[in-house]
Amino acid sequence: MTRPGQGARSERKALILGKVVLVTGVARQLGGRFVRRIQRDPQVDRVVAVDAVPPEHHLGGADFIQADIRQPAIARVLAETNADTVVHLDVTATALGSGSRTTVKETNVIGTMQLLGACQKSPTVKRLVVKSSTNVYGSAPRDPAVFTETMPPKSLPSGGFAKDTVEVEGYVRGFARRRPDVAVCVLRFANILGPTADTPLVSYFALPVLPTVLGYDPRLQFVHEDDVVEVLRIASHEPARGTLNSGTFNIAGDGVLLLSQCSRRLGRPTVPLLLPAVTWAGSLVRTLGMTDFSPEQIRLLTHGRVVSTDQMRETLGFTPKYTTAETFADFARSQGPGLLPPEALAGAVDRIAALPLGGGGHPQTPSAN
Amino acid sequence: MADAKVIPFDDDRSRGSAVQRPSRRRGAGSRRKSGEPARVREVQQVQPLPTSAAGQDDVPVTHEEQPFQGPQDGAGSGLERRVASGLAFLRRRLTGDYEIDDFGYDEELTDQVLMSLLRPLYDKYFRVDVKGIENIPAQGGALIVANHSGTLPLDGLMMQVAVHDHHPAGRHLRLLAADLVFVLPVVNELARKLGHTLACTEDAERLLAQGEVVGVMPEGFKGIGKPFSERYKLQRFGRGGFVSTALRQGTPIIPCSIVGAEEIYPMIGNAKTLARLLGFPYFPLTPTFPWLGPLGAVPLPTKWTIQFGEPIATDGYPPEAAEDPMLMFNLTDQVREQIQHTLYKLLVQRRSVFF
Repeated sequence: MTRPGQGARSERKALILGKVVLVTGVARQLGGRFVRRIQRDPQVDRVVAVDAVPPEHHLGGADFIQADIRQPAIARVLAETNADTVVHLDVTATALGSGSRTTVKETNVIGTMQLLGACQKSPTVKRLVVKSSTNVYGSAPRDPAVFTETMPPKSLPSGGFAKDTVEVEGYVRGFARRRPDVAVCVLRFANILGPTADTPLVSYFALPVLPTVLGYDPRLQFVHEDDVVEVLRIASHEPARGTLNSGTFNIAGDGVLLLSQCSRRLGRPTVPLLLPAVTWAGSLVRTLGMTDFSPEQIRLLTHGRVVSTDQMRETLGFTPKYTTAETFADFARSQGPGLLPPEALAGAVDRIAALPLGGGGHPQTPSAN
Repeated sequence: MADAKVIPFDDDRSRGSAVQRPSRRRGAGSRRKSGEPARVREVQQVQPLPTSAAGQDDVPVTHEEQPFQGPQDGAGSGLERRVASGLAFLRRRLTGDYEIDDFGYDEELTDQVLMSLLRPLYDKYFRVDVKGIENIPAQGGALIVANHSGTLPLDGLMMQVAVHDHHPAGRHLRLLAADLVFVLPVVNELARKLGHTLACTEDAERLLAQGEVVGVMPEGFKGIGKPFSERYKLQRFGRGGFVSTALRQGTPIIPCSIVGAEEIYPMIGNAKTLARLLGFPYFPLTPTFPWLGPLGAVPLPTKWTIQFGEPIATDGYPPEAAEDPMLMFNLTDQVREQIQHTLYKLLVQRRSVFF
């Protein structure tokens, strides 16, 4: 997308002051974890954590500045702190606490515009990392099975968080064009899962019984929180030898899980419903404000989405620690046992196998592992 | 039902003359008693094929035993083993402890369940004869290009069973399917699990780059939904995208001719208004469907032959060849001609539509 920035002025400043990293969206668990992690890096001098609300978790030794990125005040923060690396994590699907969808959209889109405007004015910024999502590809039956970074979606997301990310990426592309000296890295994350993640998909998997769409078994990809923090760290530093960390990258764990596999591994029974019924129930639930079961979420759980991670491996030089299946296993451990725990089902099958009629006394089923 | 009109070409020997016909009928009668090998010899003797290449193609594949029905030291222990493996399978399925690939291909489910469901149709109903299976390489990518017919895409499924059951290296065919398949509920789920994916350049190239055997039917809806009167007449081969895909990946193209699928649902009419209402490319009217309801949807038990032809190498071309439209059209025509000729040849050899 851009080539690494070589602004002589910013270079000099960075040498004098050391690295100053500005992180937005730190009131969320993920932002907090990233702030705590990046402070431990030796080349980082100072971490400035920004959010509209004070975080409930501690931020290590980072300086917290309460600022709303939707307001022009963010430009002053950026100028005063002389930040040279901006990590924009405030692109999220759900509101923190009791915010409405409008607030989320404003923070995502207007906030990004303000932040990018501030970055464009700032002479010190030489690296920008933006958290995006594989939602930009949409989910449609007519899409290719595996998306690469260069593929445009067949049908643009019509609304919700997916549309926000498309717009955010559009503004980031514009910024990269206007400031070719800034290294811009857009990370498109697959569904983030982990013990502390708070995404719509996590609340979906927390349901005791999972509603699914009858006749569809979507392919899903997950990325572990630990890997998210690690790849953000790689993107916010100078690239390692032989790698390039500016551009757009899909970030996902290896492998694919079907929704049916997920539900079985979680031990939660599924209720297949007809697609119109699911859409209707989704809007009902949304109106009642119980959970954010947005239309794009329903599309994801109908058609699924898989992205290619070749660029992540070859260009960015990042190999995730967790595969999709391992990420899900870690997540499943943090969730309580479901109504149909897989261990109980396996035990039941083993008991049948142990019956004299069935397995003939040959306990051969352990070979299944 | 009349046989398709056959256009003669090259050697006339293989065309059924008045003298040869009775002898062939006798051969068919004797087959009942003497079994498979006799039939194989008979076919080869009566039908000497003009070119050596075709002769090589025509080595019929004998039906292999299923691996899990293999050596049995005793009926009891064989049953026990089968029950145990069945339970192990059930255990894996119930706990979600199985793997799928990026395309959603569930190899275990395909091998153990879906293929077993298709096999009776393949073995007993359509009695598919497979020829030239050795033309599919034992390893590396290959693009199988076949004719498409039969109103419902049963020919693709039968081709998949043919490769799965007969190829010595146990290769799996990955079919490229129309987008309609992935729109329909249930169908899309099964198609993905069977290893099918959307017929688009990106998916085809990714599969070929992984070294898979990819099956494509470039005629698409034009082929499968053509009226009965046009049977065995190949339609236009799309825009020839499959050729440039194979050229880019340097994988051989294997022409495949399927005889028998045209007659399973003789489409005598097309209810276009109804099709448009339902969002389908065509709505078939056959002598039995929809007049007899679900009973009319039972395919006719025709006798099938699937012949895989000589591979057409694409690795000899320079890298920019994929961008050369002239070469692409020439190669497309070559593949099309080869399939069409083999179709005629197989039609001439065919004794009857049903056996």
